[in-house]
Amino acid sequence: MSTRTFGARIERNIDPKLLRGEGAFVDDIPLTNALHAAFLRSPVARARIRSIDVSAARNYPGVAEVYTCDNIGPLDMAMPLLIPHPSMKNPKTQRPLARDAVYYVGQTIAMVVAVDRYTAEDAAALIEVDFEQLPVEMDLKDALRDGAPLVHADVPNNLAAHFIQISGDPDGAFARAEHFTKIEVQVDRSTAAPMECRAVAARWDAVSGELTVWDGTQAPISVRGGLASIFQLDEDKVRVIAPDVGGGFGQKVLLFYPDELLVPMAAMQLGRPVKYIEDRRENFIGSSQERTQIHTIELAALKTGEVIGLRDSFLHDTGAFIPYGIAVAQVASTSIAGPYRIPNIWVEFKAVYTPTVQVTPYRGCGRPQACFAIERAMDQLAEDLNIDRVEIRRRNFISEKEFPYPREGLLFADGLKVTLDSGQYGRALGMAIEALGGAKFRAEQERARADGKYLGLGLACYVEGTGLGPYEGGHIRVHPITGKVYVNTGLSTQGQGHDTVFAQIVADQVGVAPDDVIVVEGDTKAFDWGVATFASRAAVVSGNAIHKAAVTVRQKILEAAANMLEADIDSIELHDSAAWIKGSNRFVPLAAIATASNPLRYAFNEAAQAATQFAPASKHDGPPLAEGQAPGIEATEYYSPPASTWAYGVHAAIVEVDPQLCTVKLRQYVCIHDCGNMINPMIVEGQVCGGIAQGIGGALYEKLEYQPDGNLANASLMDFLVPYATEIPPVSILHLETPSPLNPLGVKGVGEAGCIAVGAVVASGVEDALKPLGAVKLRHVPLTPRMLNEALEAIGH
Amino acid sequence: MKRAIRPAIPERSDDPRVEVALTVNGQEVRRTVSVRLLLSDFLRHELGLTGTHVGCEHGVCGCCTVHIDGKAGRSCLTLAVQASGCDIRTIEDVAAADGALHPIQQAFKECHALQCGFCTPGMVMNILSRFEESEPLDLSENGIRDMLSGNLCRCTGYINIIAAVRRAAELLGRA
Amino acid sequence: MKPPLFAYQAPKTVDEAIKFLASDADAMVLAGGQSLMPAMNFRVANPSLLVDIQHVEGLKGIAVVDGAIVIKAMTRHRELELDPDVRRANPLIAEIMAHVAHVPIRNRGTVVGSLCHADPSAEMPLLFVLLDGTLIAKGPSGTREIPATQFFQSFLTTTRKQDEIVVEARLPALPAGAGAAFDEVTRRHGDYALVGVGCVVELDGGGRAQRVRLAACGIADRPVRLKAAEAALNGTALASADLDAAVRAAADAVTQSDDMNTSASYRRRVLGGLIRRLVATAAQRAHGGSRQ
Repeated sequence: MSTRTFGARIERNIDPKLLRGEGAFVDDIPLTNALHAAFLRSPVARARIRSIDVSAARNYPGVAEVYTCDNIGPLDMAMPLLIPHPSMKNPKTQRPLARDAVYYVGQTIAMVVAVDRYTAEDAAALIEVDFEQLPVEMDLKDALRDGAPLVHADVPNNLAAHFIQISGDPDGAFARAEHFTKIEVQVDRSTAAPMECRAVAARWDAVSGELTVWDGTQAPISVRGGLASIFQLDEDKVRVIAPDVGGGFGQKVLLFYPDELLVPMAAMQLGRPVKYIEDRRENFIGSSQERTQIHTIELAALKTGEVIGLRDSFLHDTGAFIPYGIAVAQVASTSIAGPYRIPNIWVEFKAVYTPTVQVTPYRGCGRPQACFAIERAMDQLAEDLNIDRVEIRRRNFISEKEFPYPREGLLFADGLKVTLDSGQYGRALGMAIEALGGAKFRAEQERARADGKYLGLGLACYVEGTGLGPYEGGHIRVHPITGKVYVNTGLSTQGQGHDTVFAQIVADQVGVAPDDVIVVEGDTKAFDWGVATFASRAAVVSGNAIHKAAVTVRQKILEAAANMLEADIDSIELHDSAAWIKGSNRFVPLAAIATASNPLRYAFNEAAQAATQFAPASKHDGPPLAEGQAPGIEATEYYSPPASTWAYGVHAAIVEVDPQLCTVKLRQYVCIHDCGNMINPMIVEGQVCGGIAQGIGGALYEKLEYQPDGNLANASLMDFLVPYATEIPPVSILHLETPSPLNPLGVKGVGEAGCIAVGAVVASGVEDALKPLGAVKLRHVPLTPRMLNEALEAIGH
Repeated sequence: MKRAIRPAIPERSDDPRVEVALTVNGQEVRRTVSVRLLLSDFLRHELGLTGTHVGCEHGVCGCCTVHIDGKAGRSCLTLAVQASGCDIRTIEDVAAADGALHPIQQAFKECHALQCGFCTPGMVMNILSRFEESEPLDLSENGIRDMLSGNLCRCTGYINIIAAVRRAAELLGRA
Repeated sequence: MKPPLFAYQAPKTVDEAIKFLASDADAMVLAGGQSLMPAMNFRVANPSLLVDIQHVEGLKGIAVVDGAIVIKAMTRHRELELDPDVRRANPLIAEIMAHVAHVPIRNRGTVVGSLCHADPSAEMPLLFVLLDGTLIAKGPSGTREIPATQFFQSFLTTTRKQDEIVVEARLPALPAGAGAAFDEVTRRHGDYALVGVGCVVELDGGGRAQRVRLAACGIADRPVRLKAAEAALNGTALASADLDAAVRAAADAVTQSDDMNTSASYRRRVLGGLIRRLVATAAQRAHGGSRQ
């Protein structure tokens, strides 16, 4: 593996375009004569629909059509269950437009298509729906009780799924344990809130029979497959393009949202392009949410602090439907033991329906909840046994020589057994303590207390299973005229810098500058084998596929260059967009190699002349193209990971609590993380930092407030508190690179790393700060002013 | 699919229309638009300047920030008709005519201060407006955070944007 | 979220503007738009007619005369915040304004607009109640002066009639030697205050409190003067026991009901904390002694 650009902090190729405002997000794409869609969304959580009257809407000037479940033909169906799993007995998915009943505030009931969005909204407001409201139960625990109002009439106790996994012998461990620590923790619901809401535009070409859909999705290939199937079109007649996308964070990987089906349908029916640009309010009440879990976690330990068994039983709120299956709960349950040995695990979850927006993965996908549970439990255990919280972690870490460390009986989201493959957990912990001052901090804490200020040190560790399959591909072609290298893969980017990261992988192999590598992805016409961007897998899966293709392309270049330079292949080296004979000035440009590799009859320019049959470089005996050889410098390879590769890290922070004003301020944040070899450390840090900010949101600010009647009280950015820069402290990110043994590049995923541990860090930091006043227990995030006030009152302050 | 009769759809809505005359990026513009058209939509769809983005339409996220009469303001909270007579500047006017990046943009690139790029134009316009004010710049940790508060970013976590502001100040000799 | 339809007028004189307001009971004034436009985009405000006063003559500018400040209807927050004469006359204003949303909002939003919007957690209404400001309203039946303490009725409700325009707002001069301070507790920087407190302290020659003014926002359905707390502090040495008494007296002023994230108990705690700190700060900034 090359060392030149791989591993370098290279500025991104895509930035100038975005900085100049030349990005092309879905709503930026000019579509002549486009019509605009708006939805009527349910204002009530649970109700039967007695009737819908769209006549006033349909007659409103400027309206092209109004759709309900009655005039969308075959689209009137329950949308696909993406990931089936036997733990779900009777899984429910929603319909594009509600039929007979609604299940959450925000559910789509009708779609208006009109000359502009203003008009469409006017018309939608004229649709009359006669609801027969039904009772709702918003509390997760109460929803399971006998007699609780049901979200789905045929799903008793609102139990969407029930699953138990066992690793080792937990009963035996609990039988011989010397100490038990049991706590309950809760994480509240949040949402990805990407800066660009969702967006879909579709154009139907009746002449060619081609449907083109621009969709701000993380999964263009999967969307294409679904659309082709549902509309009964050949896959190559459906093109899905994810153009520039303004953040995804998991919310945009779900398919289908109702608009993803209805907008193409309308375009096909109305003969004009149709656009749907979700607005912020709709993003809050229509696009996926995540996080609500309540864990009852019990650690069985020896007096030494060694945790020999763990039992965790948690409730997972899946919202009104479960289209993504149990993935979030599954990831949480398989991450529950964190970086600790704990060889005996019993983990159970119940996924519960509530009449709310459906829950599908949001960055972290269950890992933040699991981390919060295990880290709070470890802190409590440390306190119970009077062992330092850093020390107790050290005693329980999986040590380096124990890798690969399997957890038999726990299957990760890829259906494969959880096996932690590599890491230096102890070293990371040491680095975190050193970074935030250790003893120096204790002194500062004392001084602050003398001034009436309360400083605390928060600390938490996490693990992250990354890079899951099934596979991704990489296609590389060297352009004959310019010598630029074109790369495709089946992903799309929402800001992760694929255009640069993948370019770095290829640049080293092929000997070009990264800005001469042009990455085109997110377009099923460019490349259409693959899955999607999610679950911290792009660098691992696409990265390695592209690497394999680059290695193949390199070989082809070397062979062609050897031929053209009439030299031994081992004497050729590639750099500066050319092939050189080592230690000499003789070279041939990559463009020429690419041109020459395509045997031509007709020359259309000077470069092409070199490839025609009588040119010297084309000298050969026998067929111009040998058996098994393809024209051009091109390769397509695939990478299918044998298992997920597990990244990890340790976070720590200094928090300041003001008991008089009931405020928590983060003063400093440190993150030690290890994602194996880093392709571009600058981009890695950007990912981690963004995750940390979202984690801070989840620790102190972001909570979706569903009221007892099912209404979402804070469906706006005014009241759902996404952190500004003022809420983010100085963050330093330190890297450890323990290469993954599982893939040729030695990389692990990092997209979700930043947000996993923050809740536990903040909670433990606030507890530490308030220790002089009493033992405050913070087991519920986000930590609101009210909670802090009540915690202080509970200790008499 | 059977070829259906193309439905009759009007060209535009019945909204009362008003004439607006304003200067955008130094050019005089005169259009007739719906009375309720937001300035953000006017810039993006009437004028085709799609660099200004729409993130919330309630004035919180800052993605739609442009300069109105020389000062940063939310185009989503301004009616096009309100902007008649005003001097508007958008992100498209910031880089040089040949595409060379303004120092603030250059600093963003150097510091990896953008990821998806959706909030970026609004960020740049806000920062540019502060740099152009005669008020002295507070480039302390808190001062820069304060400058950036009012622009949401979901991708970067802000640390690199703070660094970019400092770097921009260096490049502009304001450090 | 696009606004619903409305008719639009951009009058050039106050009288014209008043006529438009009077012509339609659902007509509303559009000034800076930073409160009205979000409400319209959410379709919770549905004016049938928008009367845009940005071109009305005589509504721009700030005047500072002997320390008293006159703010016209179209004066933007940021203009007031940066005005050097205002800074000299009353440093409290710039201090408070730094908490009002964010600069781009302050560039467009107007001070008078914020007063008329009357959000009980907003900083401008608190400022005017604290300093006993006055609003000048003009309507079909003429001009009237409304003391700030009588202007704010309840949540988003003022005594301005629908067909009146507040053309200017006035703040009296701070007494010579007075010290003033403001702070608020918010979830995020720039958010509306969960609890905000403003304080003005005048000391006598012996360093005792001659007159204390305290006002709070976020604790009731409008900004309130904490009269009981003021009474507990006037004439005292502002010692710890005096502050305790003031905090206890202020507790009853918290009438805002509990919500998911805050409670009355929380607000009382924060109110107490802010009172203690701000009285001390204001006293430090005050100079005891004779008036000029």
